[in-house]
Amino acid sequence: MTDEFVPPRKRTGWRRLLGYNLLTALILAVVGYYVGWIAGHHVTGKSVAYFSDIDQNDISVFLAYILAVIGFLLGLGFGAYPFARVRGYPPSLREKESEGIGRYFSLCTDHKVVGIQYLFGIGVFFFIGGVNAMLIRFELLRPSMQAFPAGQYLTLVGLHGTMMMGIMSSAILGPFANYVVPLMIGARRMAFPRIESLTFWILMAAGTVLATTVFFGGFPTGWTGYQPLNDQANAGMDSYIVFFALVGISMTLLGLNMIATIVTMRAPGLTWSRLPIFCWGVLSTAILNLLAAPVLVAVLGMAMLDRTAQTSFFLPSAGGSPYLYENLFWVFGHPEVYILALPGMGIVLELLPVFARKPLWGYRLAVSGLLGVTLLSWLVWQHHLFVSGINSDLRPFYMLSTELISIPTGFTFLCGLMTLWRGQIRYTVPLLFCLAWFFNFLIGGLSGVFLSDVPSDTTTHGSFFSMAHFHYTIMGGLVFAFFAAIYFWVPKMFGLQLNERLGKIHFWTMFISFNSTFAPLFVIGFLDQPRRAVTYAPSLQFLNDWVSISAFVLGASMLVFVGNLVYSLLFVRLPAPANPWDSRSLEWQLPSPVPVHNFDRIPVIAGDPYDYGSAAPPVAVVPAGGVS
Amino acid sequence: MGPKGMRVGGVVLGVALVTAVLVIYIASYLVGNTPAVRATTKPGSPRDVSLYIQTVAAVGPKLAPHPDWVSYLIRDHGRWVRSTVWTLPANATVHVTILNYDGASGLRNPFLGQPQGLVGPELVDGKEIKAFPPGQPSHTFAVPELGILVPVAPVADDAKNPCDVAPCTMAQAHRTITFTFKTGKKGHYRWQCFVPCAAGYIQGFGGPMQTIGYMDGFLNVV
Amino acid sequence: MAASATTHGGSGGQNYGRLFVILWIGISVVATPLTTIVLGRNIPPGNGSTEATSQVLDNQVLLAVSTPIAVFVLLFLGFALTVFRARGPELVDGPPVRGDSRIQILWLVVTTTTVLFLAAFGTFELFDAAGAGAGQGPSPAFLPDKHASALDVQVIAQQWEFTYRYPGSGGVETPHLVLPAHTLIRLHVTSLDVVHSFWAYELGVKADANPGTDNVVYVTTNGPRSFHIRCAELCGLWHGYMFDTGRVVPAAQFASWTTAQQATFKPVQQYLPPYATTYLPDPQRRAG
Repeated sequence: MTDEFVPPRKRTGWRRLLGYNLLTALILAVVGYYVGWIAGHHVTGKSVAYFSDIDQNDISVFLAYILAVIGFLLGLGFGAYPFARVRGYPPSLREKESEGIGRYFSLCTDHKVVGIQYLFGIGVFFFIGGVNAMLIRFELLRPSMQAFPAGQYLTLVGLHGTMMMGIMSSAILGPFANYVVPLMIGARRMAFPRIESLTFWILMAAGTVLATTVFFGGFPTGWTGYQPLNDQANAGMDSYIVFFALVGISMTLLGLNMIATIVTMRAPGLTWSRLPIFCWGVLSTAILNLLAAPVLVAVLGMAMLDRTAQTSFFLPSAGGSPYLYENLFWVFGHPEVYILALPGMGIVLELLPVFARKPLWGYRLAVSGLLGVTLLSWLVWQHHLFVSGINSDLRPFYMLSTELISIPTGFTFLCGLMTLWRGQIRYTVPLLFCLAWFFNFLIGGLSGVFLSDVPSDTTTHGSFFSMAHFHYTIMGGLVFAFFAAIYFWVPKMFGLQLNERLGKIHFWTMFISFNSTFAPLFVIGFLDQPRRAVTYAPSLQFLNDWVSISAFVLGASMLVFVGNLVYSLLFVRLPAPANPWDSRSLEWQLPSPVPVHNFDRIPVIAGDPYDYGSAAPPVAVVPAGGVS
Repeated sequence: MGPKGMRVGGVVLGVALVTAVLVIYIASYLVGNTPAVRATTKPGSPRDVSLYIQTVAAVGPKLAPHPDWVSYLIRDHGRWVRSTVWTLPANATVHVTILNYDGASGLRNPFLGQPQGLVGPELVDGKEIKAFPPGQPSHTFAVPELGILVPVAPVADDAKNPCDVAPCTMAQAHRTITFTFKTGKKGHYRWQCFVPCAAGYIQGFGGPMQTIGYMDGFLNVV
Repeated sequence: MAASATTHGGSGGQNYGRLFVILWIGISVVATPLTTIVLGRNIPPGNGSTEATSQVLDNQVLLAVSTPIAVFVLLFLGFALTVFRARGPELVDGPPVRGDSRIQILWLVVTTTTVLFLAAFGTFELFDAAGAGAGQGPSPAFLPDKHASALDVQVIAQQWEFTYRYPGSGGVETPHLVLPAHTLIRLHVTSLDVVHSFWAYELGVKADANPGTDNVVYVTTNGPRSFHIRCAELCGLWHGYMFDTGRVVPAAQFASWTTAQQATFKPVQQYLPPYATTYLPDPQRRAG
């Protein structure tokens, strides 16, 4: 036995196709799929007469999906290290440091590679979800149905919602926290580098599983998957269940990894009160990830059992309850909303000091705001059930707790706004996106106060008003922060500049068309248009057409961004300076792109990264003495 | 082009091909392909049309990708086709004949056992029925926006020569339901079955009950 | 790293602060009545019922509270972005201000007071308007004064149509919803299959229809009118087509209408189950 686990020897020529790689993974996925499919039919063909009636064998579909995903992960090499340990090899932290483009398509334990993998992987599914949105708005150009049959329209709505909520949950933590957090805290890697890679590849498998729902006839439930419609639906529903369960597993592991990294891997001197605010945003999100996502996995497991083993958890006629599903789903679902919002807050507060050239105002207040939201987000889920007929005694409590959450959210606003006050504000593209975040989140937050108030919620619940509200908070909050982060950190990630003019065109078209798309939806919702309905009153056609056309412009603004990315990163390739924003944060003190091991010596931190207005060099780069 | 260029080109081409195939498949799924069938018009009176419909317990492999599903069929130019999108003239009188080859399923809401919104009575094998007991109907033909509801009488369980799988012949056990309704103004009216007849699905309402082309469709009133 | 200058731009913060507060108060004083009265009066769902009216009042109060907040944030952004923008190409840092505990405490006090006021007001409205038109489940916590004498009407949701039962009129079931004017009505919303949501828009009523659950809503109708009914919870294929129009009619007309419905639906009456708050139909015989 060698004394260290050594990855398989590098092969050359066509033999390279034999090892652990994406091709092997795809082949094993297909093999796993058919093994599961055949096994499912073999197991149930004779014993469960039920399936022969409906021309649909859910056990077979689930087995096929699960084995396909396992095959995919094994093919990528996730089994190799545990297997080596079982065989007695000692633990090893040897990173897989293959060079070239290939490492982006394989199991790679370099956190910077995983961050970039996430960025493009999420981008693909964000694009698919966005195309779905365009198709939905195309359908709603006319009051009655025209382009897509009713069932297919519901599938589009469900695909859009599920794809966005599932994949975009990791939109900040995946690409940016994975890339930036170790650099910010002075670490050479994440706490669990293989798990880090695993979360990414599970998410990619999940997105693919969801997209294949069209091969099974789609699903009718939207992203919430309410029971008993979920139990009743055809096999496309299985894709939804497997997708969201995989996303839940990925989110749990991602959260676990982030918490472990931030708690244990901080460089010497990086005390909690010096931690960059972005890391606090990531930490609070990760806590929600770790605690909320398992609830989702559990409730989907129950739904899977209902659909295969006929357990009737959610069927009243057999002693179950749809409320069980609604409660469990929103116990996950409401923290999920903050999983989407908190990292956005972290990014905005992190970026404002750089471009206002001032320290973050009220650091402790900002941290307590993030943690307050984390705590309170557990106590509000029944505001999704205000009209559901669930016990009405607790309604004042949920109204109160929901409104209380605007206090810690308000801290973010205060700290952000006061950071701008008397600053030396430089209008860069990332800052524009941060400022838009304030505008959008203000509208999202205020409309949320209407929804938290039971009398007002009665009319707006389940209407386009609530849909406009959460698009203002998620699209207006998360996605704008996502783009701020891209424009801010891409020069660090690739060592290349993004074109500023195209960035500004992207920003202004996106900002204006976003508001032009979603602001009228508040009115449409107040005027009696329910969500997810393929028809609407003919009198609302003008507003709906306005929204649809704005939505198409919004979609086109994304193409400007893609164009910028391709133009700047593939064609112009203008090298970015190591610190183009003159930031005092640790990651910007490293060369661009960052070397594989990040730090030759682990730095010692002597202050927080917001020391603008001081003549001292950035406090975080005090070179390490004896620490290596 | 060097070997590297060829490799990259090959990968790009492969990915593009696979993407194209997927996009075409998904587009065809999304758009759906249920062709509309025009109702037969009586010569000389364009506002007097007739529909000749069949309901079958299993549609069979020739007519559908789901051979086990229950379905409506319509007679179009002398052939039975599986389409549930029917084009009718506005303000017309529609004479409907349903040949039902399916057995009893029963209603979840017994109220839906009474015919509503028709011109004249609903006749089953020539006899008027005012209301069906809840256990009886095989299906309903219902257009809620027009207030039309027609429960469809079942074939007896012990009937001789039943038709299990389409296509069915006139010699096989069936019930003949006839009724008349008026279309009213132009529009796009959905119709559906209210009987939980999708065997095996929870509450009998999955599969064919939630797919246009089987137990659901549209009346295009033009 | 460019040499960061120690000269702090943006002097005179005190004066700017005073100017901002004056501007904020001035604009709020003008804007708040505009949104509250001009916009607020026309805000849906209108005055079809007592509950709808209470919702309009709630929306007005929320508008009154949120207008100054919106003005504050937008004005602050606009103010800061014009006054405190960097001038000239060289890099200048702002003053190293890291916080101000007085502002923080003031902010905390103001937001907390606002939030507690809103929650208290919402709770008051919940009691005052007897649940404000939201479905309260089988044992309502918010009861109107004369709830014992309310008229019972049942809403039965099924895929994909609402039907209605009138236990006070011999348990007749109809496909139309007609309600008497100026009457306290207790709606019992239930479902026979999946979750639906009964939304009577102009009456300000929304209640999920759950299988096996009696979701009670109190509503006091105003004068005669028609109102829209839509399903507000995704319930499958024809969710988007599950709409209807209901009517509020004078009491005498309501009596004659129920009599007429009893005559029309006499044939099926014998097959209906006895009136109950929920129905869980047995799995029926299988087809095929």
